[in-house]
Amino acid sequence: MPINYYIFLAVALFCIGVAGVLTRRNAIIIFMCVELMLNAVNLLLVAFSKMHHLALAKVDPNAGINGQIFVFFIMVVAAAEVSVGLAIIVMMYRNTHSIDVNFLNRLKH
Amino acid sequence: MNAIIFSAVWGIVMMFSGVLSNNKKTIQATAIVGLILLFIVNLLDLGGNHFINIDLHNMLYFETFGLLFNAIAFGASLLYFLLSSSDILKVGVNGAEYFALIFFVLCGVSIVTSFNTLLMLFLGIEIISIPLYILTGADKRDLKSNEASLKYFLMGAFSTGLMLLGITFLYGATANGSFFLDDIAAAKTSLSPLYIIGLLLLLVSMSFKVSAAPFHFWTPDVYDGAPTVFTSFMATIVKAAVFIAFIRLFGDAFGDTIQRWQIFVAIIIAATLFIGNITAVFQQSVKRMLAYSSIAQAGFMLFALLTLNTFAKEGIILYTAAYSIATIGIFAVLIKMKDYSFEGFNGLAKHHPTIAAVTTIFLLSLAGIPLTAGFFAKYYMLAAALQTGKFLWLVIFAVLCAAISVYYYFRIIQAMYFKEGEPQVLETTLSFRVVLIVLSIIIILLGIFPQWLINQIYYLYL
Repeated sequence: MPINYYIFLAVALFCIGVAGVLTRRNAIIIFMCVELMLNAVNLLLVAFSKMHHLALAKVDPNAGINGQIFVFFIMVVAAAEVSVGLAIIVMMYRNTHSIDVNFLNRLKH
Repeated sequence: MNAIIFSAVWGIVMMFSGVLSNNKKTIQATAIVGLILLFIVNLLDLGGNHFINIDLHNMLYFETFGLLFNAIAFGASLLYFLLSSSDILKVGVNGAEYFALIFFVLCGVSIVTSFNTLLMLFLGIEIISIPLYILTGADKRDLKSNEASLKYFLMGAFSTGLMLLGITFLYGATANGSFFLDDIAAAKTSLSPLYIIGLLLLLVSMSFKVSAAPFHFWTPDVYDGAPTVFTSFMATIVKAAVFIAFIRLFGDAFGDTIQRWQIFVAIIIAATLFIGNITAVFQQSVKRMLAYSSIAQAGFMLFALLTLNTFAKEGIILYTAAYSIATIGIFAVLIKMKDYSFEGFNGLAKHHPTIAAVTTIFLLSLAGIPLTAGFFAKYYMLAAALQTGKFLWLVIFAVLCAAISVYYYFRIIQAMYFKEGEPQVLETTLSFRVVLIVLSIIIILLGIFPQWLINQIYYLYL
């Protein structure tokens, strides 16, 4: 399959994530949309990795492996972000009994 | 390399110091000793003494520029600890953990000043950001702190997503599938859509991180809501480090295609200077004014990215030093004030003449008045732009904006010296005032002999 299909799919997933972040008001859903963005990137990285591997496998049997290693790092960092992010959301909920980001306007004035 | 390992190890030491001791003095002393050692270890690195030799597969690349900035960042953190470490302990019950998180941030700082692949850039930025989300929300009972932390977290995660997409596109555009800056620089010949979109996404996401307009909207809220001690750290050392990463990235990977993206940076600079300065004029709270002032100062620092010549490299080192030291000083004074509004400073000069005098020096430096470090910092930035011979309009605009900035910095000086009032100031110790005086002496010395710091870039230590 040509690489363009993968690019379109990943960009579409990414844009769904961006749209979610910009329009939804529930902090957990925004968070899920951020994860969707990161996973769209993971998908694209693996696709590019395979593309580079197919192009260069004759020269270097390990070609394209970098992209897959990057995916693991993104997963680890995303997990760290989830742990911190959920803690922040729980802290918010304890104080306001809501996770609606529309409440986030105390700082405006 | 020494600094990266040492700061991570000392972060863990700090966590254990909280378990082993409940004495605040011990924790404070451990943190300050750790930072002094970190500073020395980094200087040894600069001198060519590496403790551990690891095969890094060229993923990190150490040069004088980055290590010198590390020295500035650690030195500024040391002054910050000496001034505000007792205030850090007052934020909440987990004093030792706050210090541990600051050490982890410093680990990230030393990674982003030495990355040679986009993987390390990503990891460094995340190692900086994740502890900062926690520090922003450190005051758990305060709703403003909660809100700032959630906002910072969502914005930070979003901009990380954009950065990762940019990195992925650049990976797709390289010929041999690698994240090394050299290979990305080599991909410019194709100028494929992947390369161009990747470059723009990286520009946008890094602008988010350094809070350049139009991606600055989170900054005032986050800086205002976070506990003031941590705002001081975020607005100075962290911001300066991300700038160094920004300049290294664009200098090494996209330096050859500068003609194509220069105009975007010029627009970002104009917008940042305009929005930062104009909005700062209308603020009632000094803390919020300093948040906008940090946006305005970011506009000046972006001049280094616009030009990427030798003037710019020299200037950004001087600028980060001048800006960090002056802002740390002002925030340290602000923490001691009970009232954060401009009126809170009324009559400070009569009751606390030393504090008022040093605050004046910090403000003059931020405004860029001659004989302070801020003047030469701004001078180098504008000289760099003039050297390219293309951005005369932007230079004139920047000078006008600097003139506007004088207004809101001088409002504090006016309140301190020419208005009557009874300022509410928390008790300050003698050592606090001595460190403040040291800070102001450094600023004046850098204002008279800026060459001393700049020459260090060319002094071959390695």
